[in-house]
Amino acid sequence: MPETLIANLKVQRYDPESDNPEVYYQDYEVEVEDWFTVLDALIKIREEIDGTLSLRCACRASICGSCAMRVNGEAKLVCKTRLDSVWSPGESVTIDPPGNMPVITDLVADFKPFWDKVRQVDPYMQPTGPVPTAEYLAPNKDMVHLAGVMNCIMCGACVSDCTVLEVDDRFIGPAALAKAYRFVADPRDGKKKERLGVLNDDTGIWDCTRCMQCVEVCPKDVDPMGRIMVMRDMAMEEGFTNTSGARHTESFYNSVKRSGRLNETRLAIESMGVLNIPGQISMAPVGVKALIKGKLPNPLDHKIPSKAAVKKIVEHSEEPSK
Amino acid sequence: MYEHDVLIIGAGLAGLRAAVEAEKLGLNTAVLSKVHPVRSHSCAAQGGINAALAARGDDWEDHAYDTVKGSDFLGDQDAIEVMCREAGDDVIELEHMGVIFSREEDGQLEARAFGGQRVPRTFFVGAITGSVMLHVLYEQATKNDVRIYEEWFVTSLIIEDGVCHGAIAFNMHTGEMETIRARSVIMAAGGAGRVFEPSTNALICTGDGLALAWNAGASLMDMEMVQYHPTTLAGNGILLSEGARGEGAYLLNSEGDRFMEKYAPEFMELASRDVVSRAEQIEINEGRSVNGNVFLDLRHLGKSLIEERLGYLQEVAVEFRGIDLAETPIEVRPGVHYIMGGIKTNVDGATAIPGLYAAGECANVSVHGGNRLGANSLLDTIVFGRRSATAAAEYVKTVGTLGRSDERLWDEKARIQDLLDRPAGLRWAAVRNELAHSMTEGIGVFRDQAGMETADAKVDEMREKYAQVSVENKGKVFNTDLVFTLELDYMIDVAKTITQGALMRKESRGAHARTDLPDRDDENWLKHTNVFKDGDGVRTETSDVTITKWQPVERVY
Repeated sequence: MPETLIANLKVQRYDPESDNPEVYYQDYEVEVEDWFTVLDALIKIREEIDGTLSLRCACRASICGSCAMRVNGEAKLVCKTRLDSVWSPGESVTIDPPGNMPVITDLVADFKPFWDKVRQVDPYMQPTGPVPTAEYLAPNKDMVHLAGVMNCIMCGACVSDCTVLEVDDRFIGPAALAKAYRFVADPRDGKKKERLGVLNDDTGIWDCTRCMQCVEVCPKDVDPMGRIMVMRDMAMEEGFTNTSGARHTESFYNSVKRSGRLNETRLAIESMGVLNIPGQISMAPVGVKALIKGKLPNPLDHKIPSKAAVKKIVEHSEEPSK
Repeated sequence: MYEHDVLIIGAGLAGLRAAVEAEKLGLNTAVLSKVHPVRSHSCAAQGGINAALAARGDDWEDHAYDTVKGSDFLGDQDAIEVMCREAGDDVIELEHMGVIFSREEDGQLEARAFGGQRVPRTFFVGAITGSVMLHVLYEQATKNDVRIYEEWFVTSLIIEDGVCHGAIAFNMHTGEMETIRARSVIMAAGGAGRVFEPSTNALICTGDGLALAWNAGASLMDMEMVQYHPTTLAGNGILLSEGARGEGAYLLNSEGDRFMEKYAPEFMELASRDVVSRAEQIEINEGRSVNGNVFLDLRHLGKSLIEERLGYLQEVAVEFRGIDLAETPIEVRPGVHYIMGGIKTNVDGATAIPGLYAAGECANVSVHGGNRLGANSLLDTIVFGRRSATAAAEYVKTVGTLGRSDERLWDEKARIQDLLDRPAGLRWAAVRNELAHSMTEGIGVFRDQAGMETADAKVDEMREKYAQVSVENKGKVFNTDLVFTLELDYMIDVAKTITQGALMRKESRGAHARTDLPDRDDENWLKHTNVFKDGDGVRTETSDVTITKWQPVERVY
């Protein structure tokens, strides 16, 4: 007989109806099997130990997207997270609701802000031109490519752990932007340019800091950040170059091409827009502080010895992609 | 009090398709669901959706015949004709809405083979067809600004003078109960797989819509027809799509034999699901199994095909079993998956109760009869979701001003309060698990009189126990403890209709395989079973099967 396994779960609780509503942790000891997922353990708690514990879950098979929550501080779909991957006997595992969303109760978050952002990207196909009587003809490779994005089950794990949303809740965010990509990259959609124009605005594709957290936590390999980066390229190709993000990209590129290294002072000025006088003035205090602390980079280019090799790389990057 | 032309209960494929249609027809439309629409269990449909596309040289009558044969001649042929004739247009429409169906070299839709069908006519997106369709229909609902009561739970339908006028429901976020008056109601609340354990179904598939309609006086028809899917995982019951076998996967017993040769020499692994599940069960019963499982073998398909066309299966295999399907066969067994039975409707989704329509898994039109073909369920949701909205739109023109009485609301508030006030007693989970295990025991792949009687008696025992179930959480905000307790009430009702239907049918047909009566009996049982609520008990009767052009013949695969 194998020994009985007892797992310790430290679960965030919140009862908005209590006299003094506050977030606290409750410890549960639950008998588990070695094949249990985190969800199996939580279900066992609510079925056998504490009926007042609320959480969302439905399919148990990583396809409905109900059960994203934080396990030891990181967003996971708990139905596909084996308990033994996040917990070992003698330790406890901490369960919190998904982050960057208001909590309704216990592990149940309010997804209204999440869906409001999805709605912001006009999340439905908008074909233009005459509707064929049969299907739209489309290359299978495009459909297979889109299936990678439509693998998204809107669980909110990426939004939970997005480091930009943590400081700026206006950012459209990884899930809604991945959803936008699903239309931008669909050969049947007729509004690619209009969509990119909107996504190019403040709070859109340029607000991502490329921290990779959404890619890391996505349980369905949707790669939201990768999609955002592709949309940046697409936006610039469509001629949307009048953003600090696009200028930053251009300046960075030109600096490396010119001197083999990055000129950070010029990067700052060019990203803001050389003729953007109010913008330049607004940056002045930062520049002065940097100067006083000896942190202002030399505004003049100093070329590196292996410039020729860098130039080759740059030239290679300018060849059309195969 | 809220008021709508049509209230659609359930936001899976049938509900959302109905909503999009109702909105298009200019109705004041609302959808109500106990979960966010994209969490609905339609998302778990994997393999695809059937349609005979004439442009592809296919013939809807061939699809209809495969469906009739699959149903073991219990499906109503007028309904099957409607579904198969309209399938092509509906699939094309889904494509136009944005579903990213797999393509041929020339960019046209590509079909894969599926069980019980002589030609490939299953259109698909890898192994996530249901999920993609559901998200696309939700996109359309968003585009049309459909009103959605999200995370609301229905406790009762409003029936006045025999006519359906809406529902009583509570908002799970606040616990507040409300009257939602509607000129018509479309029940699209899905199946009842959780009445069994294990099951491929989500934890939310508790037969709410079936029980609500039944308690309102509707017939639940052919409820004994419970589909065991041939390829599910032991333990948690998770589904592995028939798409695997559609792509060429084998079923092997513990001796490494493709045992389907014995049972279905022509169709092999792609025979109808009831046939394959029985074959597996015989192999398991006769000891050619490992821990009560046979094997699904995809190795010869190659890693790239598996990952591109069956990616979700690979994900499940890796995450839940630690197996790479390209290298190792996976253990599978028959598991409860779908209920062919449901609320009796006509081809327009109308039930016998004026104002009440039903579509999708909770409905029985009946297009699946004794056994549903794979990929016909998604088709059923789309065709009859749409048609029920069209019919409801016509019907609401005849309905005048809605009443203002909220008597029903007060009754329901009192009933729920009584439930909350019960002294500490049994937990819902204990009763639910006991019910579900006994149903799997008695209403299995194979059944007999004694086993079915035991299950039926167990349901009565659970009904008695239910009176002692108490709710531990007394709060109003997102009280899932209360929701599960109410679901259990529905589950016990549904279980009773299943055992009663099963005891009625004195033959073997489709999924209803009786070891004590192994033959199909067309003379006496080419009939539907109907179970009605009658006071605290049940009333049963049979009704005729509609035959248009296909007379019953022996069913061989």
